[in-house]
Amino acid sequence: MRFAIWQKLDRLTRLFMPLVLSFLLVILSVVQTPITGHAQISPVLALASIYHWVIYQPNLLPLFSVFILGLLQDLLTGTPVGLYTLVFLTVYGVALSQRRFLIGRSFIMYWFGFGVISLMASVESWMLASIWNWALLDFTALAFQFIISVSMFPPLAWVCLRWQQAFLPQDL
Amino acid sequence: MEQRSNALIRIAVPLTSLLQRFMYLGLILLAFGLMLFSKVDVMLVDRVRAEVTDAFAPILEALSRPLATVSDGMQIFQSLNIIRENNIFLKTENAHLMQWQAVARKLRAENLALQQLLGMVKDQNAIYTTARIIAGSGGALSNMLVVNSGEKNGIRKGQVVISDLGVIGRISEVSSRSSRIRLLSDINSRVPVLIENNRTRAIVAGNNAAGTKLIHLPQGARVTLNARIITSGHGGAFPPGLPVGIVSSVGDSGIKVQLFVDFSRLEYVRIADFGLDGLEDLLDLSIQKRSGLSKVGRQSAKK
Repeated sequence: MRFAIWQKLDRLTRLFMPLVLSFLLVILSVVQTPITGHAQISPVLALASIYHWVIYQPNLLPLFSVFILGLLQDLLTGTPVGLYTLVFLTVYGVALSQRRFLIGRSFIMYWFGFGVISLMASVESWMLASIWNWALLDFTALAFQFIISVSMFPPLAWVCLRWQQAFLPQDL
Repeated sequence: MEQRSNALIRIAVPLTSLLQRFMYLGLILLAFGLMLFSKVDVMLVDRVRAEVTDAFAPILEALSRPLATVSDGMQIFQSLNIIRENNIFLKTENAHLMQWQAVARKLRAENLALQQLLGMVKDQNAIYTTARIIAGSGGALSNMLVVNSGEKNGIRKGQVVISDLGVIGRISEVSSRSSRIRLLSDINSRVPVLIENNRTRAIVAGNNAAGTKLIHLPQGARVTLNARIITSGHGGAFPPGLPVGIVSSVGDSGIKVQLFVDFSRLEYVRIADFGLDGLEDLLDLSIQKRSGLSKVGRQSAKK
């Protein structure tokens, strides 16, 4: 009986891990790092995590949690509330629709897919912020942010992949 | 039995996919609604943001400490590298500053004597609180910093945030343990300033990027490159004379201002209470006006 409870608890924690990892990345992306100009172009780390889990284990990152992640990102970073919520939801939708195409491909293909989706996310966030502020915002900082997000993807995807192989049952 | 479960699956699968699709659409609409709502009720959204940030403040603080230690270590290493050049530079600068000190002392004495002569009213002395930055803005779309002191430490909305180099911004949201600074480079930041050498009034406006601009200059105003920009104190939100930046370029696209403070290198900031409540006063005034108007309306209705 006791054993069963522990087993259940163990399974539950394993299942919640993608969500916890994504939350951690949201929090990590607002921590001030002492690199010149970094505050302007710090990458949206959670994007990589959402992309990865939607492609490999979509049932572990339910739609509602993506909404909450976006809301938290908005509240912590100081962007208009709802902006990253919309961006994350779009990324979720697009990645889910391209899942069959992207799953099981080579890593370069997988990375390229993230590049396309995160470029779309950058343009979307730029458009939404411009409309919200009713002023044409500067895109250069966002372009740098996009480049950094894409170059940060391999290490993040590696962590997610290792995590998945180590802790998650393969038959989900 | 098997047939029944098959039939159930046949109905259930499209139903769940339909439900999920509705949920997706619903959440997208909800996000849109939130964006609109944050435009309408700014106060409430600010309040919620402050509370959420406050809840995450301990985590952010814990995470920012090791990073600060690493950066300190790196700085020690870097400074070791250039210690000789630094020494020579500092010696020449020191000699130069000693001359300035003599001039400043003379001017101060003269200033005090003149102030006494004229019976001038003195500005109120500021009360400073030093706070540590625990979170950056995290992206290109916002220009905010979060510090680890709040209402408990006497921080109030609208107070001025400065570093040793100059103005950083203002407190925009306060919670019990943390508060959020709106930087000068934020798109919604407007600060009344003076061009120091010819006392021309203008406004420093952020645009969410590095190119903070000088706007609303009077017609025919002359702006020279490298002119120092200081706060003017108009509007009662900032005290006069705080250093803001220098004019970095004058062109068709406007006058760009290079701010004195590099926001990404900040670790500690000073939050100054100058006893100016420009913002709060204005808010109070508008509320009084509105209630006053409604009173007048009621009286005329009685008549």
